[in-house]
Amino acid sequence: MRNLVRSKRFWLVAPAVVYIAFFMAIPLLQMAYVSVLERGEYGGVNWGVFSFDAYRNFIFERDLMDNLMINTDYLQVFARSFGLSAMTMTFALILGFPTAFYISTQAQSRRNFLIFLVTIPFWTNILVRNYAWILLLRNGGLVDNLLGFFGWETGGLDILYTPYAVSIGLTYTYLPFMVLPIYASLEKLDHRLIEAAFDLGADKRRAMMRVILPLAAPGIAAGCILVFVPCLGAYVTPELLGGGKFNMIANLIGSQFGSARNWPFGAGLGFVLLAVVLLSMVAYSLKFKSLPEDKS
Amino acid sequence: MSEVVVSARSVSKSFGNGAGVVKALDDVSVDILQNEFFTMLGPSGCGKTTLLRLIGGFEQATAGEILLEGEALQDLPPYKRPINTVFQSYALFPHLTVRQNITFGLEMKGIDRKKANARADEMLELVQLAQYGDRVPSQLSGGQQQRIALARALAPAPKVLLLDEPLSALDLKLRKEMQVELKRLQTETGITFVFVTHDQEEALAMSDRIAVMQAGHILQIGAPEEIYERPTHRFVADFIGESNFLSGEIFSSADGAWSLRVEGVGEVVLAQESSTGKLGKVTVSIRPERLSLGHESEQGTDRLKGVVANKVYIGTDTAYRIHLGDGQPLLSVRVQNANGVTGHFSEGESVSVCIPSDAARVLVD
Ligand SMILES: Nc1ncnc2c1ncn2[C@@H]1O[C@H](COP(=O)(O)OP(=O)(O)OP(=O)(O)O)[C@@H](O)[C@H]1O
Ligand SMILES: [Mg+2]
Repeated sequence: MRNLVRSKRFWLVAPAVVYIAFFMAIPLLQMAYVSVLERGEYGGVNWGVFSFDAYRNFIFERDLMDNLMINTDYLQVFARSFGLSAMTMTFALILGFPTAFYISTQAQSRRNFLIFLVTIPFWTNILVRNYAWILLLRNGGLVDNLLGFFGWETGGLDILYTPYAVSIGLTYTYLPFMVLPIYASLEKLDHRLIEAAFDLGADKRRAMMRVILPLAAPGIAAGCILVFVPCLGAYVTPELLGGGKFNMIANLIGSQFGSARNWPFGAGLGFVLLAVVLLSMVAYSLKFKSLPEDKS
Repeated sequence: MSEVVVSARSVSKSFGNGAGVVKALDDVSVDILQNEFFTMLGPSGCGKTTLLRLIGGFEQATAGEILLEGEALQDLPPYKRPINTVFQSYALFPHLTVRQNITFGLEMKGIDRKKANARADEMLELVQLAQYGDRVPSQLSGGQQQRIALARALAPAPKVLLLDEPLSALDLKLRKEMQVELKRLQTETGITFVFVTHDQEEALAMSDRIAVMQAGHILQIGAPEEIYERPTHRFVADFIGESNFLSGEIFSSADGAWSLRVEGVGEVVLAQESSTGKLGKVTVSIRPERLSLGHESEQGTDRLKGVVANKVYIGTDTAYRIHLGDGQPLLSVRVQNANGVTGHFSEGESVSVCIPSDAARVLVD
C-alpha cells in the first residue's frame, strides 16, 4: 500500500528527472567520453581512439626528446583562478555580511525592498555590466577622476586589465549570491538569542563573535561557495576586464574548444574543475551536517 | 528591614507614536527588596514583560527611572547590569552545549575556563541535571531546557534574576515541581527573584510579595495573604480567587461602629480596619469561604437574610448561591463539608448569611 503511494508520487518528479538526464547527465557523460579520446587534427575528436593525453597534458609535457616533463602552465591558470576566486569571495564577504546584517535588522516591509535592490545586478545584462565597469575603471574614467578629485594623480589608476579589475567585476556580479544566503540565515536567527547574549554580559562585539557569526555560519559558507564556484568558471568578466591577459580556467577551456582545437583537453580541464568543486561541496556538507537544526 | 535592590520611580513606557501609541506602563513605582521573591501578576498585555525588560535594560523608559541599589540605570546597557534573565522562550544558544551555555556568562565576566567549568557543574548539580552537560539544547525536553536556562542565568551570581513566565510552557505536573524547585533555588542562593506570571495560584504559592498589575498600572503590592484577604481593588479581588461584590452605603452607627447598608437587603457591621474611612456609596469584596450559613431564625448585626438559589456539591466544599434581594447579585458561599453542614440547607430554603465583620473589604474602586 505504502509502496504504491510512493511509486505514484515518483511520477511527480519524473519530468525533472527526465530533463536532468537529457540535458545534464548525457552531455556530461559525452564530455567525459570526449576527454578520454584522441584529439582530431582540425578540432573535434577521433571517435573510438582512446587516449589519456588530456589529463597527462594537464601536468606534464613532452620535451623534444620525448621525455615527460612537469609543466606548470595549466596549474598556474588553476592557481590564478583559485586565487582570484578567493579574492572575490573575500571582497564579497566583506561587503555582503554587513549588508545582509543591516537588512535583517530593518522592519519587515523595508527588508523586501532592500533585498530587491541587492538583486539588481541580476537584472542587467552581463556584457553591459562589464562594459560599464570598463568605463568606470579605465584611466581617465569615473573612478580615476574621483580619486583625482581627492588629490590622487589623475591618469595613474592603471587598474583596468589587472586581476583587481577582474575581481571587482566578479564581486559586483556575484555579491547577491553572498548577501542572500547570509541574509536568510540572519533572518531566521532568533533575536532573543542576541538579547540573551547581552543579558549574560556580552558586549556587541562579543555577541557578534560568539552568537551571531556561529549561527550565521551555514549561510556564510553557502554564500562563499555560491560566489567561489561560479567565479572559478567565470568567462566573460576575465575576458573583458582582464583584457584577455589574465587567463582563468574558463578562458583556457574556451580556447581549447576554439583556437587550440584540442577538445579532449578542454573537456579534461572541465572535469578537473568539476572534481575540485565537488570535493569542496563534500567538505562543506561534512562540516555543517552536524550543526543542530533550529526547532521552531 | 531589608535593603531595596531594584526600584522603579514613576516609570512610564509608550510604544509607537502619534495615533498608534500604546501606553504599556503608566506611572509605575515599586521597590523590590533584597533576597525577595517578588512576583508581578496580571493578565496578558498588562505590561509585565515591559517592566521586566526595562529592568533588564532591553527597553528605555519613556519617563521615570529605574534604580539598582540607589544608582540610576538609565545609561547602563544590559551587558553591564548585574542582572540576568530567564527568558520565556528559554533562548538557549543552539550551537553551544549545555555546559557552554552555562559558562557563557562566566567567560564574559572574564572568569577562566577551569573555574567556569567547575561553576557550571555546580549549577548543573543545583538544577539536578548533572549528567546533561555535554548535550546540546535541542536534545533536552522543555522542562530540562527550562532548568538549563535557569542555571545559565544563575551561574554569574547576579544581584537580581528576572524570570518572564518561565513555567508557562510546562505541563501541570512539571510546573508544580518547578515551582517548588524555583522557590528552593531562591532560598538557597539568596538572589532577588523578580518573577512574572499570569497564574494567580503560582503567584500565591511562591511569592514573598506580589504586585498585581492591570493595564499598565500596579494596583496593589503585598504579601500573598494580604493580596488575597485584603484586596484594595475590585480587579485584584476578582483576578485572584473568587469574590462576592456587594454595593451599598457606609454609615457610622450610633455606637461609633461602621455599617454597610445594602439596598433592600439589610445592614451589616464592618470591622474598623476593613473600611477606607470614607462614607457613602462603596463596593465591598467578600470571599465566599469567609461566609457561613445559619438557620433563618438566627439574627445579629453580622447577618443578612437570603434564600438558597442553588447548591453544588464539589467534594471538599459545598458551593451555595444565595439570593439576597431583587437587584442584588447572587452571593457565593463556600461551606466546608468537613463541618458536617452538608444537607442542612436545600434549594429554596430561607437562611441567614453570617458575614464576619472583618470579612468584607471596602474597595478603592
Ligand atoms: N515592542 C512593542 N511595540 C508595540 N507595542 C508593544 C511592544 N511591546 C509591548 N507592547 C504593548 O505593550 C503592552 C504590554 O505588553 P507586555 O508585553 O508588557 O504585556 P505582558 O503583561 O507581558 O503580557 P503577556 O502576559 O501576554 O506576556 C501590550 O499592549 C503590548 O501590545
Ligand atoms: Mg509577557
